[in-house]
Amino acid sequence: MSTTATEVLPHTLTPHPVTGMYNGKFGLWLFLASEIMLFGALFSSYVLLRVHGAFPHHGEHSLSVKIGTINTMILITSSVTMVLAWAAFKLNEPGKGRMFLAATALLAIAFLVIKLTLEYQHKYHEGIRPDTSTFYAIYYCMTGLHGLHIVGGVIVIGYFLLPGFGMWKTNPEQYINRIECTGLYWHFVDLVWIFLFPVFYLL
Amino acid sequence: MSSDHGHHHEPGFIRKYLFSVDHKVIGVQYAVTSLVFLFIGFSLMMIMRWQLAYPSAPIPFIGGWLASAVQGVVDKTGTLLPEGYNALGAMHGTIMVFLGVVPLAVGGFGNYVMPLQIGAPDMAFPRLNMASYWVFLPGGIIMLASFFVPGGAANSGWTAYPPLSVTANVTGTNPFWNGQTMWLLGMIFLITSSLLGSVNFIVTIVHLRVKGLQLFRMPFFVWAQFVTAFLLLLAFPPLEAAGVMQLMDRVFDTSFFMPSGLVVSGQLQEYSGGGSPLLWQHLFWFLAHPEVYVLILPAIGIVGEVIANNTRKPLWGYRVLVYSIIFLGFMSFVVWAHHMFLTGMGTTLSTFFQTTTMIISVPSVVILTAFLLSLYGAAIRFTVPMLFAIAFLPMFAIGGLTGLPLGLSASDIHLHDTYYVIGHFHYVVAPGTIMALFAGIYYWFPKVTGRKMNDFLGKLHFWPTLIFMNAVFMPMFFVGLQGVSRRLWDQTSYVTGNETHNWVKMSSWGAWMLGLSQLPFIINFFYSAFAGKKVAANPWAATTLEWAAPSPPPHGNFPEVPVVYRGPYEYSVPGSRQDYSPQHVPDAKLA
Repeated sequence: MSTTATEVLPHTLTPHPVTGMYNGKFGLWLFLASEIMLFGALFSSYVLLRVHGAFPHHGEHSLSVKIGTINTMILITSSVTMVLAWAAFKLNEPGKGRMFLAATALLAIAFLVIKLTLEYQHKYHEGIRPDTSTFYAIYYCMTGLHGLHIVGGVIVIGYFLLPGFGMWKTNPEQYINRIECTGLYWHFVDLVWIFLFPVFYLL
Repeated sequence: MSSDHGHHHEPGFIRKYLFSVDHKVIGVQYAVTSLVFLFIGFSLMMIMRWQLAYPSAPIPFIGGWLASAVQGVVDKTGTLLPEGYNALGAMHGTIMVFLGVVPLAVGGFGNYVMPLQIGAPDMAFPRLNMASYWVFLPGGIIMLASFFVPGGAANSGWTAYPPLSVTANVTGTNPFWNGQTMWLLGMIFLITSSLLGSVNFIVTIVHLRVKGLQLFRMPFFVWAQFVTAFLLLLAFPPLEAAGVMQLMDRVFDTSFFMPSGLVVSGQLQEYSGGGSPLLWQHLFWFLAHPEVYVLILPAIGIVGEVIANNTRKPLWGYRVLVYSIIFLGFMSFVVWAHHMFLTGMGTTLSTFFQTTTMIISVPSVVILTAFLLSLYGAAIRFTVPMLFAIAFLPMFAIGGLTGLPLGLSASDIHLHDTYYVIGHFHYVVAPGTIMALFAGIYYWFPKVTGRKMNDFLGKLHFWPTLIFMNAVFMPMFFVGLQGVSRRLWDQTSYVTGNETHNWVKMSSWGAWMLGLSQLPFIINFFYSAFAGKKVAANPWAATTLEWAAPSPPPHGNFPEVPVVYRGPYEYSVPGSRQDYSPQHVPDAKLA
């Protein structure tokens, strides 16, 4: 165990010899494991409900594949900009880093706006609510929970872009680590959508 | 973690005692809060036991107060109502498990002791630790507040099975602020708190151990907390998902768990239907089975520490113990449907779960045997913690053995949902875990406060507690075997209930006497905290690292970062002058 001059708690910055990670990264992977269990439980519930005939007309849903595809492209692009942000900071180019962080956040907001207006709001006007059928219930539940995770990510990115940017000056190594962890979280949220899209829109 | 600990200026009262990031302060916060919740949960049961022993008799002393203070629990005469009985029952279970035992065992003991035992200055994420507590507390407050809303608290069991839990207390109440909905909201807070905590525990144990503290030199208590953290991390999310779905069923009229064509009180329910009540059961028990191992593992960890220390010998089979709890952790994820044998599952599925359940009993027996063998040939010091730790062994044995006929699907047909089940699980948790937690309190109190608890009061607490725990729960096996159902407001309205009524009265009187038996403990706890006999760093002559820190440890825990030279239980090493060799003392410096 070694402690650098800037860390009071060991391995805040220095990777641990056995796990090869600093504390925050290990913590985030563990958190992602629990998130897999969370969304896994929901996907399993979808399977159980569908197999038991809870929504016999699932093939006739009115979810727009076109909008879903656009949103998928938006999220995948945001994952790319997230990595580019981290890479820029690592290469000591904070200007580019902030630009890519902002791009990620804007893409995420675009995703949410499209979802909320073109999808949710549109459905509500058609009279399709969570209580309309169990298919829409689990659709709203899972995409809603996913959307909340995107909101959380936007808040975190916004924090590091604006009020939290001071850490780049005082402790750049830790700032980069936090951007890396945010990226890990962001890729996971993207991955969940990669599963949500085919399950609800295509199958 | 930023560098704000570089300069040590004294924080104000709020940052020091309320919103502290120090694991010791947070541990004490968890412990005190959970002891209060344990007291509340136990009080609910003491009220219920009056109705069980004397059906339809007004509750003495507090019946009138209950009638005015809370809705829907008692009627005007102070007699417990059936819905009130159900509410007390559901909340007793919820409060004891989620607000009492787990926060004490993990949030309290785990937070305080584990970093000290690995030589760390704090947890890996101190602010996350603080957040965990401050998410736990609102969850608990929401649960308690649910008693005071129209319709009263949740009354569909701690298991909250739909369709009952979805349709309960919906008409005539606020669509959001009603008992069951608040229960669901409270659970979401508690699960979140637990999640944040488990991440912290795992990273701390893996990353923050001092030099020389290899995994197989860790105290058994740390191993127990390690496995427990994984259970919490991975088993809770499905219940969180289920909780959100039930919330949607209640508030937004979805049909995740509501089947088509449901008729309630003669009225066809207007849900879209197609849902599955069994889905809730699967998701609930997927958590709730690992949860019972969360209840027992920290207790087993504490018993291990106390036994090693008071036998002045190494624990028998340390490696076997570690492999057993790891195996137990894995197995705990594949037994859950033994709670669902009577849901109409086919023999293939029930055979699978019955088999895994029988397999999982093996590591528990191994652990118990290892502890018993640890006593063999020992020079036992019958300190108060040791009394509780030794008593744990036969009590846990009874609890574990009575689980076997429940885990076998054939005998479970007769025993499911009877008092036999209540007897089984209470033996494991009450004379089991709770007594182990008492052992932990008496054992670590000197480290936390710098003072010992009084021995006489400790023994005055121990013996009646042991006797009355058995008086409460042993009769339940007989009552259950006779066929009396659980969750009955008035058992005597059934012939069988009449025949077993004397046993029920014994349980009730046992419970009230058990309550009185806790008075010496409460007095001892508060008195000793301020005026108990002062002790130095290591009053029990123990080997593990927490005893190397001052009592109580300062911020940062160890004046000098310790280095570990040996295993955790080097007691009575042949050739050494003292009968214990602390982990952090180099060979050359051993007395």
